[in-house]
Amino acid sequence: MFENLGKRLEGVIRKIRGLGTINETNIREAVKDVRLALLEADVNFKVVKSFTQQVTERAVGQEVLRSITPGQQFIKIVFDELVKAMGGEAKPPEFDPNKINKVLLLGLQGSGKTTFAGKLARRMLKQGFKPMLVACDVHRAAAVHQLEVVGKQVGVPVFSIPGSTDARAIALRGLEEAERQAINLVIFDTAGRLHIDEVKMDELTAIKQAVQPSYCFLVADAMTGQDAVQSAARFHEAVGIDGVCLTKLDGDARGGAALSVSQVTGRPIVFVGVGEKADDLELFHPDRMAQRILGMGDVLTLVEKAQETFDAEQALEMQRKMRKATFTLGDFLNQLRQVKKMGSFADLLKYIPGLGSQIPAEAVDEKELAHIEAIICSMTPMEREMPQIMDASRKRRVAAGSGTTVADVNALIKQFEETKKMLKKFMGAGGFGGAARHPAMGHGMGHGSGKRKKKKRR
Amino acid sequence: MSEPNNQSPPEKRGFFARLKEKLSRTKESIVGRIKKIIRLTGKVDDALLEQIEEILLQGDVGVETTTKIIEQLRQREDARKAENADQVTAVLKDILRSIVEHDERQLKLGDARPYVILVVGVNGTGKTTTIAKLARRFRDQGLTTLLVAGDTFRAAAIEQLEIWAKRTGSDFISQGMGSDAGSVCYDALQAARARKIDVVLIDTAGRLHTKVNLMEELKKVVRVIRKVIPEAPHETLLVLDATTGQNAISQTKIFSEAVPVSGIVMTKLDGTAKGGILIAIRDLFDIPVVMIGVGESQEDLRDFDPAEFVDALFEE
Repeated sequence: MFENLGKRLEGVIRKIRGLGTINETNIREAVKDVRLALLEADVNFKVVKSFTQQVTERAVGQEVLRSITPGQQFIKIVFDELVKAMGGEAKPPEFDPNKINKVLLLGLQGSGKTTFAGKLARRMLKQGFKPMLVACDVHRAAAVHQLEVVGKQVGVPVFSIPGSTDARAIALRGLEEAERQAINLVIFDTAGRLHIDEVKMDELTAIKQAVQPSYCFLVADAMTGQDAVQSAARFHEAVGIDGVCLTKLDGDARGGAALSVSQVTGRPIVFVGVGEKADDLELFHPDRMAQRILGMGDVLTLVEKAQETFDAEQALEMQRKMRKATFTLGDFLNQLRQVKKMGSFADLLKYIPGLGSQIPAEAVDEKELAHIEAIICSMTPMEREMPQIMDASRKRRVAAGSGTTVADVNALIKQFEETKKMLKKFMGAGGFGGAARHPAMGHGMGHGSGKRKKKKRR
Repeated sequence: MSEPNNQSPPEKRGFFARLKEKLSRTKESIVGRIKKIIRLTGKVDDALLEQIEEILLQGDVGVETTTKIIEQLRQREDARKAENADQVTAVLKDILRSIVEHDERQLKLGDARPYVILVVGVNGTGKTTTIAKLARRFRDQGLTTLLVAGDTFRAAAIEQLEIWAKRTGSDFISQGMGSDAGSVCYDALQAARARKIDVVLIDTAGRLHTKVNLMEELKKVVRVIRKVIPEAPHETLLVLDATTGQNAISQTKIFSEAVPVSGIVMTKLDGTAKGGILIAIRDLFDIPVVMIGVGESQEDLRDFDPAEFVDALFEE
């Protein structure tokens, strides 16, 4: 009941994989399971219907029967159709730095518009834009203040008119202010509203007409059920949207709304919110999402994340140290911290093929990493440099200082030495393919969870 | 999420009429359509059951509960013998009622003072708004209330609650943003005792139930509360958004494993979401739904009455 769509489809597909040949009955059986899985994932009923129909047609038609590996073929069909249903390819918004780009955010109450506004501003700020947030939510208590705090957190200006209840006027004044400050991206945060609340829908239309946004994004909760289709369709009809941003995708929601919403509006999903922090925003990639749904992992996202987080110079320095095998516990501590910046290990695991759905989030002991960090922090610089000088007395001191036991300290030192030895071997052999590109990542993760890393390398 | 419309005097329309009106969209979608179909075919056969199944699934009732309802409908002697739409409807209503009605309970204050109510849920379900409405309800009963800003994470959450404290004439306790939620609660309960407050309403940060560390934090909040008042929280309300799909089941499961959830508040039933998830939750858990939110104004947070809920679903 609580297993996710990926796991569920894995089960379905395993059944087919095991079969030497595949016939129509098998396919219908598998498609039935796919249908149930999608329904449990909150994919809209009608979308499920057309989706399973397409899959059945393609599968029952010669394609699968003649294929040499029918199991693979079936997976490919499900995958292709999933990607197609979610809009085909990533469609990042195109902003022109030489003019004022305007983004209007709208959606139901509590879908995460304000948080998303902050994340988008942050993302574009990093890409060299000069964003500004405009607080058009005149309804909810403290909404303006919330946006102001968010703006401060991500480091962008926020425009608001205290006491004003005219969202349209605020939007227009905000735009004037943006011109004055040479802003090139204005993000309008609006009040949450029900798609059937005509008065408030009119307010949106008025704002839209006034500011003529380059993009009008519907912000929708990834956990939404069957109704996702209704609200999205009505927002689209009434105001007209250019794309959808899915929030709260970091929960265990199976994300069926992603499928439904893009189909019913014909608009792409542009961004997905994947965490509590301002950086937890990703472009939506239908193929990656489909891979994730199918339990195929998402290595690309992981690599991108690593590239974004790791300091290139530090990584190079690390590489040099590793080659010379002068890598110390101090260096390791730095790496550990960098990896932590990428997100929790549980999050990272989700991206690794074959692991995501097998290891439940609880299984990853973030505490262990905290212990390792504490142990290293309790060492003197010399000890970090040369752990071999650690005698019983030093170990006792470090254990006491880090709140761990001598056995923990021993285990860490031993692990570290082993990794170093391994590294020497690798370096000696000269082949360190993937790690040469991302040395910091490869090693850092290796230490935190040695077995997993080795598995991945093979 | 916006404020109630300038506190217009509570309308004299009864709860039933109001709920009926608010649920009319829901009703039309689930029961109305089923009735139409039943009227067309007139008897229960596989085709009809399939259509009923489809409609229930589209109402977020979920695969498991829908299957159960259909199975019951299939088994029931009276459904098989039904000759007209009304008879089939009666059976279906009976089944739904038996699911929704078990262990019903309303939100009633016990004797303990201060009476501590902890409000939890994922992000954006309407926790703060629900607290505001509850505060006003208790204030109207002549009780003193204390609102506790346990959401120390989200930007301006504290200010949002403070505004509501002022509007409802409640006491208010907070520490800065980023402070420890447990510590806020500890202070608040001490203060509540000293000030002889009747009801303490504790707001918490919205958290996805899958974030293990955040759920641990929530457990800690409960532990801290119990240090001051061992029997508290007297009531732990889980706020669910009616537009949520099957994930609400996962939310209910994990939240109730972490903290002693004693009741569910289902908000946003005034949209086009069918509210079918409420039926699924009642089917799968022994946690009563104590209140439902059917609109933005004060009187739109109502005691949940299972019988009336089902009746309203069927009303034409």
